Amino acid sequence: MLDLTTKKIVERKALRINPAKTCQPIGAMYAALGVHACLPHSHGSQGCCAFHRMQLTRHFKEPVMATTSAFTEGASVFGGGSNMKTAVKNIFELYAPDIIAVHTTCLSETIGDDLKTMIFQAQADIPEGKYVIHASTPSYAGSHVTGFSSMVKAFVTYLSVNNGTKSKRINVIPGWVEPGDMKEIKRILSIMEIDNILFPDTSGVLDAPMTGTFEMYPEGGTKIEDIIDAGNSKLTLALGTYTSEAAAIELEKKCKVPMKTLGTPIGIEATDRFITELATLSHKAVPRAIEVERGQLVDLMLDSQAYFSGKKVAIYGDPDTVLGLVEFVISLGMIPKYMISGTPGDTFERQINEVLATNEIKDAVVKGSADLFELHQLMKNDPVDLLIGNTHGKFIARAEDVPFVRVGFPILDRYAHQYFPIVGYAGAIRLIEMMSNVILDKIDRTCPEEDFELVM
Amino acid sequence: MKDFIDKVLDKYPAKTFKSRKEHIVIKKASEAPQKIIANTRTIPGMITNRGCCYAGCKGVVLGPIKDMIHIVHGPIGCSYYTWGTRRNKAKTEPGGQNYIEYCFSTDMQESDIIFGGEKKLRAAITEAVEIFNPKAITISATCPVGLIGDDINAVAVWAEKTYGIQVLSFNCEGYKGVSQSAGHHIANNNLMRSVIGTGTKVPTKKHSINMLGEYNIGGDGWEVARILKKVGYDIVCVMTGDGSYEEIKNAHTAELNLVQCHRSINYIAEMMEVKYGIPWMKVNFIGATGTTQTLRDIAVYFGEPELIEKTEQVIAEEIAEIEGQMQYYKTRLEGKTACLYVGGSRSHHYQTLLKELGVETVVSGYEFAHRDDYEGREVIPTIKLDADSKNIEHLSVEKDEKKYRMILSPEKYEELAKIIPLAKYDGLIKDENEGTIIIDDINHYETEEIIKKLKPDMFFSGIKDKYVVQKMGVMSRQLHSYDYSGPYAGYKGAVIFARDITSGVHTPAWRFVTPPWKVEPLLEGKVVGGDE
Repeated sequence: MLDLTTKKIVERKALRINPAKTCQPIGAMYAALGVHACLPHSHGSQGCCAFHRMQLTRHFKEPVMATTSAFTEGASVFGGGSNMKTAVKNIFELYAPDIIAVHTTCLSETIGDDLKTMIFQAQADIPEGKYVIHASTPSYAGSHVTGFSSMVKAFVTYLSVNNGTKSKRINVIPGWVEPGDMKEIKRILSIMEIDNILFPDTSGVLDAPMTGTFEMYPEGGTKIEDIIDAGNSKLTLALGTYTSEAAAIELEKKCKVPMKTLGTPIGIEATDRFITELATLSHKAVPRAIEVERGQLVDLMLDSQAYFSGKKVAIYGDPDTVLGLVEFVISLGMIPKYMISGTPGDTFERQINEVLATNEIKDAVVKGSADLFELHQLMKNDPVDLLIGNTHGKFIARAEDVPFVRVGFPILDRYAHQYFPIVGYAGAIRLIEMMSNVILDKIDRTCPEEDFELVM
Repeated sequence: MKDFIDKVLDKYPAKTFKSRKEHIVIKKASEAPQKIIANTRTIPGMITNRGCCYAGCKGVVLGPIKDMIHIVHGPIGCSYYTWGTRRNKAKTEPGGQNYIEYCFSTDMQESDIIFGGEKKLRAAITEAVEIFNPKAITISATCPVGLIGDDINAVAVWAEKTYGIQVLSFNCEGYKGVSQSAGHHIANNNLMRSVIGTGTKVPTKKHSINMLGEYNIGGDGWEVARILKKVGYDIVCVMTGDGSYEEIKNAHTAELNLVQCHRSINYIAEMMEVKYGIPWMKVNFIGATGTTQTLRDIAVYFGEPELIEKTEQVIAEEIAEIEGQMQYYKTRLEGKTACLYVGGSRSHHYQTLLKELGVETVVSGYEFAHRDDYEGREVIPTIKLDADSKNIEHLSVEKDEKKYRMILSPEKYEELAKIIPLAKYDGLIKDENEGTIIIDDINHYETEEIIKKLKPDMFFSGIKDKYVVQKMGVMSRQLHSYDYSGPYAGYKGAVIFARDITSGVHTPAWRFVTPPWKVEPLLEGKVVGGDE
């Protein structure tokens, strides 16, 4: 397993090996699926669309519908305007979405296709009351996280309006989390009695039930009228700097909706901050139901602490997710050793280093724009007790025999993850279950027979 | 059925209607030869299953070669999506290098797009050599590379000179051609030009063969190799599943090329015949019938009585082992219907296996095939090249005076060609039952309409429509990746396939799709009145 990975670390400036990121358009596609009756459209060569649908489908085990401008060499020379026009006509005729969310690719960005103009020129083929919007998502900048953030922002840019009447609702932008997380955030907001617009919202779309009928547009997803009305909300809560802040800033700029950025509510402290914020907003005491959940989490943290205490952890993935996980493992008494993201940007390193400094954790490696080859090399030099990240880490986990928990995107080799949260107190309870299970499994699998315990 | 197809087509806007109607044919023997349009542009706005040129080149043909570093020059996505996603399995040879678990990219950034990425590509090669010391490297270009004019061929030449290893460059930008097919061709050309025939081995072994167009998905290639070795064949190389650069270099030493996936590798087969005199034969190792026929064809080719005898012995042994199981699965599947929509040859191959299991194919089609895959190679001279195809280099090779061998005399060749499929592929349509619908580059809309109308029992396709089909209540399996199962090839593979589809069709979960309260009334009614 990964036998060619050397222990010796050679500095690399050009060669990316085993990435911890992918390109922007897939994030844009995922974000667009969180809007009801929205069909994502990839403006580029058809392979991009095929790849993104493939990977999203493998993650969710659900239909992922999207169309493509299907560029050929001609379109690459003369521009994709005519492809766009044909696509818009065909899409509304055949697939009848309420909205088409176009994202670009490195191809259409490199040739400089002007999507705004192209969409304007396709107006005649856009039926009354339907929309076509776009986000610029060049694959050669940022990562899939950037593409997600840009598409969420594009919905605001094109749709949200401040019509002068303030509503009682707040906007919550959940960031790139699973449908189960979006559902959990909605549940918390409902218990806290907060009127809200959650967008995007892939619950009810990428966890749709089996009924015997294929629904091109499942019943979930944020409604277009809600995104329009988001311009009248009294506040936007952006959960996650990388995934949600851009849209919140856009709402503030365009519609004067004040905004506040919080971390993705992963783990006890981030959830505490989230709940405190919501309680402040609602001017109500935190409901008993939430306090019970929190109490259960703390109970579990105490019950299981012996297995976590002092354990070294490597975490890789998307910045907002890694940040939440780092804070949580610290609160369990663990020591985060390596924190890696493929996504570029200094904010990731700064945010994590702040958390580490607050908790007086030293000798940790925090790196954005890094990859899994490097993470593996670091682990070969100084091993860890637990690895957390997406499916790609399973190779490292096997090579180094490290307990491994799958969190993030993509999870290609396990089932049911999209139904359950990692956010909130309930999500933290689930994370403890997952982490303690793999740690205990390894003890059971490797300990001498005389040490094999019935009760742990 | 024609009325139904017309109704489906009617919904298309005029231009789309005009294009799509030529991609759908209903098999009618009285109208033979039937023509179908294929290998043309996908219409923008369709929900297509097709991928791109890069996917065909790096993803399909090059990727499985395990002992080369495949550097993708471009932004990160293209390399990322072909990392471990295709199930082309590979085993590390003792002392050998195996890069199958690795993903290499130049991860181009905005500045590389603006100022050019050649410098970064050179640096990436340098780093790869320093860290891994590989025997050979490939460079695959992605969309922006061609647009900004990075000369990857010049970089490859530089790298060969600098590091003394072979570095191959492939201009397989995603926008080239109309599907993966262009990429297959580009990969074939450069393997032929730069790798095949460069090995120093001399032909010594008898009954030596190459397996072409076998990508070892789910271990198919290993199962086929097991059977071939049992008969006594020497496998020189496999292109490219579990493939090895070292072995491909010596491919010219074989006496016969077997072509499994016609679409992706027929170019190499043709060129090797011209250059080295090695005849090629279309084979089908899917299903017991196909495998048996293929083994007999190969034995006839070599023509030695002991080999023919051994072949029959192997066939008998293998069939004896699976017969009972196949019969059992047939009882569970008999009378069911299937739709097949896979790449370039599988839709054809799997029909014979399905037939063995009593399953009738009612719709079949290819994602990126050409007309010859549907109609047979005899139509090749009549296919007019359009602009998209003309942009893909057609490599012409000449006889290699030193390495060319007369393996069969022209007379013998002619004699054999009458009884075995030498340089011959009859295509899909001829084998179809009357009334079968044949669709090229099917899209989501057509898929949905067809399932609603024909209500097949099973649908074989890829990951992108797998769950669409399943949501409609039809068992679906991926025939690109075998849904994490396999091997499906050969005799033992046929049983695994039969087991998988039987369990898929009969899994108890189907019974629970409709909740009980939707079938029976929730409250028991009580008759009022009477004697009570």
